[in-house]
Amino acid sequence: MINKQSIQITVNGTPYQREVEPRTTLVDFLRDDLALTGTHVGCEHGVCGACSVILDGHPVRSCCLFAVQANGQEVTTVEGLATSRTEMSKLQDAFCEKHGLQCGYCTPGMLIACSALLAEHPQPTKEQVREAISGNLCRCTGYQQIVDAVMHATSPLGLTHSANAGSHHVK
Amino acid sequence: MSNEPQAPNTQAPFRFIGKHRRAVEHKRFVLGQGHYAADIQRPGMLHVALISSPYASAKILNIDASAALALPGVHAVLTGDELVAHTDPTLPGVHAPEVTRYALAHQTARYAGEWVAAVVADTRALAEDAAELVTIDYEVLPHIVDPEEALKSGAHLVHEKHGSNIIFHRNFVWGAVEEDFKQCENQLSYRVHWARSSTVPIETFAVTCEWSDASQILDVWASIQMPKFPDQVAKALRLPGNDVRVHFDVDVGGSYGVKRGLKHTILVAYLAKKLAHPVRLIEDRIENMRGGDMQGPDRLFDVTLGFQNSGEIRTMKIRALEDIGAYSGRSPLQLGKPVGAIVGPYRIKSVEYDATAVLTNKTPQEAVRGFGQAPTNYALETGIDLVARHLKMSAVALRKLNLISPHEFPYLIPSGTHYDSGDYEAVLDKALNEAKFEDLIKKRDRLRENGILAGIGVSTCLEPSGGNSSFEPLFNPKNETTTWMDSCLVRVDLSGSVTALMGTSSSGQSHETLVSTVVAEILEREPDSIRVIKADSLNALPSNSPVGSRMAIMLGGAAAGAAKKIRHKLRLIAAHNLKVTETDLGYRDGGFYALHAPSQQLSWDALVEIAHRKFHCLPPGMEPGLQEKFVWEVPTGGELPSSDGRVQMYPCHSFEAHVILASIDPGTCKVHIHRYVVGHDCGVMISPDVVHGMTYGGVAHGLGAALMEKFAFSEDGQLLAGTFMDYLLPTAHEVPEISIVDHCTPSPLTEFGQKGSGEAGYLGSPAAIANAINDALEPMKARISALPMTPQAIWQSLEEAKAKDEANA
Repeated sequence: MINKQSIQITVNGTPYQREVEPRTTLVDFLRDDLALTGTHVGCEHGVCGACSVILDGHPVRSCCLFAVQANGQEVTTVEGLATSRTEMSKLQDAFCEKHGLQCGYCTPGMLIACSALLAEHPQPTKEQVREAISGNLCRCTGYQQIVDAVMHATSPLGLTHSANAGSHHVK
Repeated sequence: MSNEPQAPNTQAPFRFIGKHRRAVEHKRFVLGQGHYAADIQRPGMLHVALISSPYASAKILNIDASAALALPGVHAVLTGDELVAHTDPTLPGVHAPEVTRYALAHQTARYAGEWVAAVVADTRALAEDAAELVTIDYEVLPHIVDPEEALKSGAHLVHEKHGSNIIFHRNFVWGAVEEDFKQCENQLSYRVHWARSSTVPIETFAVTCEWSDASQILDVWASIQMPKFPDQVAKALRLPGNDVRVHFDVDVGGSYGVKRGLKHTILVAYLAKKLAHPVRLIEDRIENMRGGDMQGPDRLFDVTLGFQNSGEIRTMKIRALEDIGAYSGRSPLQLGKPVGAIVGPYRIKSVEYDATAVLTNKTPQEAVRGFGQAPTNYALETGIDLVARHLKMSAVALRKLNLISPHEFPYLIPSGTHYDSGDYEAVLDKALNEAKFEDLIKKRDRLRENGILAGIGVSTCLEPSGGNSSFEPLFNPKNETTTWMDSCLVRVDLSGSVTALMGTSSSGQSHETLVSTVVAEILEREPDSIRVIKADSLNALPSNSPVGSRMAIMLGGAAAGAAKKIRHKLRLIAAHNLKVTETDLGYRDGGFYALHAPSQQLSWDALVEIAHRKFHCLPPGMEPGLQEKFVWEVPTGGELPSSDGRVQMYPCHSFEAHVILASIDPGTCKVHIHRYVVGHDCGVMISPDVVHGMTYGGVAHGLGAALMEKFAFSEDGQLLAGTFMDYLLPTAHEVPEISIVDHCTPSPLTEFGQKGSGEAGYLGSPAAIANAINDALEPMKARISALPMTPQAIWQSLEEAKAKDEANA
């Protein structure tokens, strides 16, 4: 058995102290040790972005980091994005409103990427949204309704329930 | 409700159908509370790592697992010898009893990446450590990777006992093909190649199995989308069907056809039973790409079209050679489904279809979105553009000349399928208008004037939908499958709440939204108040899973049928208690009222109360309670093929028309899409957001197949594209903004006039993109006849054209 290391990581505001093998990736730590299964594993080589989490303010691939590398730092996962137990974040709400997902597998990574974008650019252009999610693969949506959702969430008019605002289909 | 085709009431203003509604499923996904197969944790669960063949073809001489087994925490190393002794092979799809397939290679490995041994340990990491300690001796054998070489006599046989690499061949002739060719003023032959790509979901395949000695039940949690999965798992494990309980409430992280996982589940189930521990296997990405058996069609087409100077296309010969890889499952049947739309949306009177599936030493195929239709559409649409070029006609005008007209439906195509309905020209016109086609041509020409290679691509294609399985008896006379039913159960509890039960898992199609919308429409209850649950397979109803663009039609039809039975029962209760005839009753918001005296009424709550509590108020002989099941046979299903291979394949036919403008970067040869419009008609849309979402995604997936994605193999049979660094999926940079133009021609065969849409976009986008690139290359006298049209392929075609030009100069 490989010697375990003691680490302390704050995840979604809760501090955790755990013993982990040095080779345990951050995503396996989150999923297996903390039972935070909202973060998904897609490729384990840093391309698909499904495992994205926010580490000290920046989106990172948690499959390409070891848990020990996050020692002493703060992590936000998809489970930490909602405003409260009863209220989704504006972005989560917009993903629902604009059908910005289908199977939901890439969605946590997309939400993390877009949250990080909005933290820096509260009113992004469509091009900025596409740039921000260009490191996250989605196989269901063709990205269009994801872009629509982010634009919807950041619309200065706030959330509206117009079905077609921002999308590109016509009757 | 009967199985008779019903005329949809298209004039009825639907209350919930066709309206914007948030998908029921999305909330749990955006909160990170999905329930995927990899999220399953069972106490004492063990983990599997796989050892794969490094060779495309090799004899397995010896497996020494002693060092691995000596490692603390390692529970077993399973090899093919043991597995084959205790399980039965899976079915090859066609009649080929000697092409046996097990979860692990047995004595011979037939492709690089084939699973040879499975190591089980306390953790996945430990299992991988132990896998490195297993020593396997191989004797390398000859191999074959070229499908045309594999046809030749003397070629290495992938399955020696089968006696040939051809696993399926049939020559179909529908109509007077030779005579029609003789009468045609022109004919034109060409070859195209649809490369091996797939749907490549972001979630790999994951399965956890647990066996109970006490109850003799095998529990299975798997990321599956597969018809008759529990039955096939039980059969391979030599268990009675009711020993296997597949949990359909697992969320599947994308599939689009490929999440079959039969071999994965048989392997893990065997281990779980053997070790009396829960066992889990989650493919890593390389296992998924190389050994997950999920690659898609890899098809060579040789096509000859016969046509008149006017542009009228009369007849066609189409030879398709499908390289299915080393083992067979559903893959040869992907040559079968296109029989149901072999002439596309065109009035082609006779067809010869020569279909061959060949075995090679490559990763096997699985069913991919469209089940072989997208490659066939690409082959046909390439030909339409070639004919237009030959006749110096516009490709749009040529299409319009040959499209089936609205008044010709139901339209019988030579291979025996009736197309249900459509207005193809109207959809094409809508797409052209949305694209401002005349301006688009000007824009292309301006780009060309500036020295940029630019082209316009159009495709007009069908999406056969309603997923029947008529290709099974068509391709295997020993298989007499003529039903591909689906079902739903609707229950109203004492509180008046409605719960609907479906018998299959979902992989992003929002079936809970579909079912609750449909049940709400029939019962006039709030959609969000209706709960939809997915039964496990021991509780389940007959279902053939969401394949073949079928669930809006089949699950939607079944949900409507069950809800109607509930409503009918409420009607009988109301008639009995209001002492009026059944026909003298109107239904509103869940309650019935007497038509002649509307003040006489019974509310939903009152009727539910009677059904559940007041036996004395029920009509004589009526069962108490409120629970109804409806099983729906595929409309038009039930027939075996004729001896010359004519059959009604799928019931409904959606249509799509793609119009695009693309250009080629002069420096990098990368393709840029300036405008993407798709006109789409899938009849009545139950959930427009879902339909549009699938269509956007289908276009993007098609863009990948057209431009980027290929499971390339070396001459040694090694997979060269096993990661996302070399098998490229389109990102938000490559996928352009897409405009969808809706059109609605209701199907006369379905409950609400709906057709299928799960494959929308994908069926026409590769063809349109390929046509645009060839239009762009035309001024350089270059041409590409194979997908994907990568920057390298484009550059090469330009270089070849240049060399030819210089040679001629």
